Formats: sequence, structure tokens, C-alpha cells
Amino acid sequence: MDSLLNRERPPVFCPGCAHERVVAALDQTLQRLALSGDRVVIVSDIGCSGLFDTFFNTHAFHGLHGRALTYATGLKLARPELQVIVTMGDGGLGIGGAHVLSTCRRNIDLTLLVLNNFNYGMTGGQCSSTTPPEARVGSGFLNRLEKPIDICQVAGSAGAAHLTRISTYDDGLIDRMMDAIQFKGFALMDIWGVCPGRYARGNKLSPASIETELAQRPPVDHFQRQNTRAEYGAHYRDEAARLEPAAGPLRVEPRHKPPTEARCEVILLGRAGQRIVTAGELLCLAGATAGLHATQKNDYPITVLRGHSVSEIVLAREAIGFTGIDRPRAVIALAAEGVARRRRMLAALPADALVLRARGVALPETAATVVDIDFKTNRVKAPDWALATLGVLARRGEVISADMLRSALALRFKGRVLEAALAVLEKAVD
Amino acid sequence: MALTLMEGNEAIAWGALKAGCRFFAGYPITPATTVYNAMLQRLPPAGGICLQGEDEIASIGFCLGASMAGHKAMTATSGPGISLYSEQISFAVGSEIPIVIVDVQRLGPSTGSATRGADGDIQFLQWGSSGGLPVIVLAPVDVRDCIVLTMQAFNLAERFRCPVFMAANKEIAMTRETLDLEALDLPAVETRSMADPDAPFAPFAASPHAPVPAFLPIGGKRLVRQTSSTHGPDGYITTAPELIAANQDRLMRKILSAADAFTFYDCEEAPGARTLVISYGVTARAVSDAIARLAAGGNPASLLILKTLWPVPEALLRAKAAAYERIVVIEMNMGQYVREIQRILAPRDIVFYGQMNGELIRPEKVQEVIAHG
Ligand code: SF4
Repeated sequence: MDSLLNRERPPVFCPGCAHERVVAALDQTLQRLALSGDRVVIVSDIGCSGLFDTFFNTHAFHGLHGRALTYATGLKLARPELQVIVTMGDGGLGIGGAHVLSTCRRNIDLTLLVLNNFNYGMTGGQCSSTTPPEARVGSGFLNRLEKPIDICQVAGSAGAAHLTRISTYDDGLIDRMMDAIQFKGFALMDIWGVCPGRYARGNKLSPASIETELAQRPPVDHFQRQNTRAEYGAHYRDEAARLEPAAGPLRVEPRHKPPTEARCEVILLGRAGQRIVTAGELLCLAGATAGLHATQKNDYPITVLRGHSVSEIVLAREAIGFTGIDRPRAVIALAAEGVARRRRMLAALPADALVLRARGVALPETAATVVDIDFKTNRVKAPDWALATLGVLARRGEVISADMLRSALALRFKGRVLEAALAVLEKAVD
Repeated sequence: MALTLMEGNEAIAWGALKAGCRFFAGYPITPATTVYNAMLQRLPPAGGICLQGEDEIASIGFCLGASMAGHKAMTATSGPGISLYSEQISFAVGSEIPIVIVDVQRLGPSTGSATRGADGDIQFLQWGSSGGLPVIVLAPVDVRDCIVLTMQAFNLAERFRCPVFMAANKEIAMTRETLDLEALDLPAVETRSMADPDAPFAPFAASPHAPVPAFLPIGGKRLVRQTSSTHGPDGYITTAPELIAANQDRLMRKILSAADAFTFYDCEEAPGARTLVISYGVTARAVSDAIARLAAGGNPASLLILKTLWPVPEALLRAKAAAYERIVVIEMNMGQYVREIQRILAPRDIVFYGQMNGELIRPEKVQEVIAHG
């Protein structure tokens, strides 16, 4: 296999830069693996290591600082057959930390080459996430205050199976790079090297001192045993293949006559857990069974099982513009939390409005007809109150008919759930 | 006529699938989460991919990678997330990566109110990326628009190789509404124009007649380069001022010069009206109701609903405004798009009403503004 180096664009690193050796090693590796350029994409980060893609005749993707793994993930999932190699410095490691951790957790088949030279070379030798506290760098005293990360330990803890901590000057670099690229899953190589342009000016760092330091680091081989598992993309496709195709949108054919042709506004005032939103949806579906247009605008806070739940429904023969409620024909008041949200509206209700309220819910003074509903004696549980009240509305022929409501239930629920819902309607709560 | 009940976010997902979207990634955020839910339900069983990123930056990054591999991709978020997208958006603009970005706007600034609507990102969507180049922003009014405009958004992203935004609003996105799916007039689906894989290829080569570079995917036979750095047609870094200038000019021109072809709007002109009301998004619904009530009272007014917000449809605005004595602009923010209208119609006075309190602007308020300014 021929070299994939781009003869027209030789490396432009400082003389003696470790990156240049890694370029040569990567070229050798790709040759030994007999990979042609069209089967490889080099995704490069920012900084001196971000120049890598320009030196090779492969597909290339050079993006934003720290985000290389995000593009690589999208590329790999879209084109699983591609060999995706990411180059990143210790700078990218720091700024893109969340992506590094998540990629480890995903175990997607990418190879990440971290060109670790303990500083930001391109911007002036500032400290990075791997700078030792005793180093002299371009960030004044700040690196003395921070503890450097050992990326292999971090990545192993985050779920990476294939980890290599190695010196740029190690004779085994190409062999280890071949292993990393051939690994079916996420492989990270922490490749230590000298940056003569910046770091080595103020610090003693040599191939020999790197060798000594590496020898003292804890081993990372055990992570392979601990973390080897299915590759993310293959696993994804496997899971997806088992899914049932999603059903298309529900189309409701008109089959009933509504009790009125006039525009009807209904508001449900309740609290979380009362299935207010589902009841609102049922009202809309009931309207659709009579060929009526419907809108449902909901209002609830960010809390999940607490707080108000308000649903505003409009049913109309003509198209609906504004989705808010001005003068509801019917108010369903099931909890103080909901009532508190619409005090002013309740106080202004006209005499021909109907309020269906759960017994005990306090209302402001109103001219409307108020019908009390006794859920307790009829043993209707709180999550069914809204549905039972729709039953009352339908029995009174207000807004919807009983046929419309039953059809709506049949559209929304199936089997036992449908039977239970229909049974709730039978309970004479009013 | 059969009716389907859908919320705006489901409709956006439905439109995306109809447009051929194969890749979605997002990070959960109210009120955009249900776009993600709908895509997760539909894409993987259909052979597509739906991912949840570790954050918004990753989500849009996945999409950019997938788009460069040839997939149609979409992401969805709200104000806090669109802010995090910013740097990736600049990348998509400058490096011509097709993507549809849904911003389900919520009340800001910042974390603001997750379950309250607003149209507070309208200037941010255009200018919230570095470099200051044009983007395309479409604003849906209802579920129908959520389907049709999302399809248009994909078509435009493919046609111009650029990010296209859907400026939705919690009040459309999370509001359910009926529509007749069969009665929809759906646009034909477009795909990006492909280069000849057997001919020599430069990833950013364009010509005055074809200002959008033909595409080849990363991973095909021909080697493809993508880069966020200032580049020449070959996709390598350049410092040549004339190449750089030509590229910036092309990025601007490819969208602005074609803007008339995708100026989407609705206009209801009332005979005898002396006032033209301009609005967009969910607010246009209240305006439409207000105008109907005014007309019933013998006070006609005309309505222009803009659905393409960026690039600003300058020719349309000038042409429509010419016949009216008064121009009224109503929007759900403190006065963002009105700036564009003032700029275009200068030195005319524009009557403006904006509201940003977490509630919809009501038809009565609009009536009052139209009647009394
Ligand atoms: S600054 Fe350091 S990393 Fe960058 S090219 Fe020079 S020696 Fe290499």
C-alpha cells in the first residue's frame, strides 16, 4: 500500500515537534493496515494537532475546538464502514471533556489520538488539563493551582476499553496504533511528546524523561477486561432492527353530529396527576369525530407531579385563530391549584356558562351555573376525575355528545384501558 | 375530510420525515423535547438515526458530521440551547453544511421560563453566529406550517447548503390542533446537487451561475475535505485576500440573491383598508381574529403574515406597505423584527406593540392597538 501523505502539503510543525513523528507513524500505520484514503476520515481538532488532516490524502473534517468527537460520531453512525480517526491535543481534551467522557461511555468505533504535550502550543504555551503543577508555562502561576488529569484513568473510569499511554518516541508506536485502529470500539491513545516551540523552552522534557514518567504511571490494561462490550453503532442498529415501525398519525373521520354548531370554549382547571392534558386531548378528539376543528393550549409549571395543570380547548366548525380562552362555555374545576390560575376569568363568567366542579373546590363568586360533582362517594380516583367530568358534560349534551366522547376514547385507548375508561363514564357522579 | 390532532412539535417531526430527514440529534429541553420524542419514535425503526447528545454542542455536532456524510439532518432546541449552538451555526454557515435547526422559543432571557412562549430569539437567529453572514429563518403560525415549512426548511438547506431555522414558539409547538393532512399542499422534496464523482472535485468550487458548491459525501470514492478554517475552493486554508473576499461575497449572495424565491407569506388585503398590520408566528393568529372583529364592526384592516423572516423580504414589504397610510407591527417580544420594517420603510412611522410577559397577545389588545395605536 502506498503512503497516504499529501506530498504537496508537508508538515509545518516547529523543528523537532513530536507531532511530526506522529504524522509519520500514522502514515505507516495506515499503510500496514492497507487502508486506502477513501476508507479513512481524519477528524482534527484545533491547535497544532488540528493541522493533521491537511497532511493526508484521506477524507478530512476539521471543525471546532474540542468538538471533533461530535462530528466523528455523526460520521461514523452515518457511514459505519468508514475508519474514523480523531486527532486532538491536550487542549481539546480539556475544552471537549464532556464529549470525551460520553464517547468513552458510548464505545463507538472511533480512534482518538491525543497528542499530549502538556500545553497549548499554538496560543503561547498556556497550561492545559495535563500540565504538571511544577511546570513553567504561559499562564503564570495558574497551573500551580490545578491538578493535571491522567486521561487514560479518566477514560477507563468512563467506560473506554482500549487505552494506550505511550511516548511518541516509543519503537512500538506504530504497532500500538494499529491495535487501536483495529479495535472494534472506542480506542484512545494518550501520546506524550515534546513541544520544542513552547513547552520545552521553560521545562526539561525529553524522550528519556517521558519514558521515566510513563513507567511510573499506573497500568490501564485492566480497563479492557472491565469495559469490553458491544460497539455502539452495531448495538444501535441491532436495537433499532427490533423496533416496530411507528404508527402513522391518527386520522379521525367525522361520524357524529355535535350538540351545537357554535364555537365552544372549555377550560379544565386542575393539578398535576389529574390527567388534565389527556382529558383535553379527548375533548379535541371528540370534536374531531363531529368534524369540528379543535385546539388545545396547556399551561403547567416545570414541576412534574406537583402544581397546576390548565388546559384550554376550543372546538369550532370554522378554522381556529387565537388559541386562548375568553368566555368558556364550560369550566371543569377540579383543584384549587388550577382555579388559582384563572380567578379573574371565573369571576367574570356569564350566567349561561356551566361550571362542573369537584365538591369542595372553592370558587370565586360567579354568575354561572355551578354543578357539584361528588367523586368520593362514587369512588372515582383522582386520575379519573377529569374523564368522569367529561362524561357529565356529554350526558348534559354540553359541547360534546356521549357518542362523540365514546368514539374519542376508542381512538385514544385500546383493550383493557379502553374498558376501564368507558366504565368511568358509567359512574353517575352528578 | 379526516382530521388529525397534532401538536406543533409532532408536526415538525412529521414534516422532517416527509422531507427525507434521516438523522436527528437533540438534548432534552422544554419546550422542544417533544420533537426529539417524535423523532426517536419514528426514525430508528425506519432505518434512520436519532441520538441524544451529552449537551447541545454535541447534538448539533453529530448532525454536522452526519450531514457531511450525506444525510439530511435536523436538531431542535430552545433559547438556552440555541445559545450553545452558536459556534456550530457559524461553522455550518461558513462551511456550507446543510442542517435544519428548530428553535422552539421560550420566554427569555437565559433560563427564563421553560413553559412560557415568546418570540425573543428573532434577531439572535440571524445574528447569533460569528462572521455576520445571512441565514434563513422561517416562522410557522400553526401545525400546518409546522409540516409545510419544515419541509421547505429542508429543501432550502439542501438547495443553498446552509443552516435553516424554524423559529417556532412554545405556543405553537406544544399546542395541539386539528388539521386535514390530505388537504395539505406539500412541496416537492429537494436534495442537494451532487458533483460528478468521476470528475476532479473541489469541495467548495462554485461559479457565478451556480453559487452553491456541488456536494459529495465524506466516505465516498472521491476524497472530500471539510474545514471550519478560512478556505479556498479546494478546502485548504487560504490567506489570499481575493479568494477570501470572493468566498464571503458568494456566501452572502447565494442566499440574498435568491430570497424572492422563498419569501413565504400570507396576505389578506381588505378593500378600503387604510391600515396594514404586519405580524408573524403565533401572534398572527390573534391579529387575524382582531382584524375579523374590526371588519365586522365596519373597520377593515389588512394583514401581512411573514413566514420567511430572514432574509428580510424587503421587496414584498415595500410593495405591500405602499398602499397603506398606517403600518402596525405586532410581535411577541420587546421590538425585534420591527427594526427591520422601520429600516426598510424609513422614514415612515411604524405603530408597534410588543409584549413579553409569558402570555399570548390577545385579540382585544390587537384591536385596541389597530384602532388607537
Ligand atoms: S508549538 Fe509546539 S506543538 Fe505546535 S508545532 Fe510548535 S512544537 Fe509543535
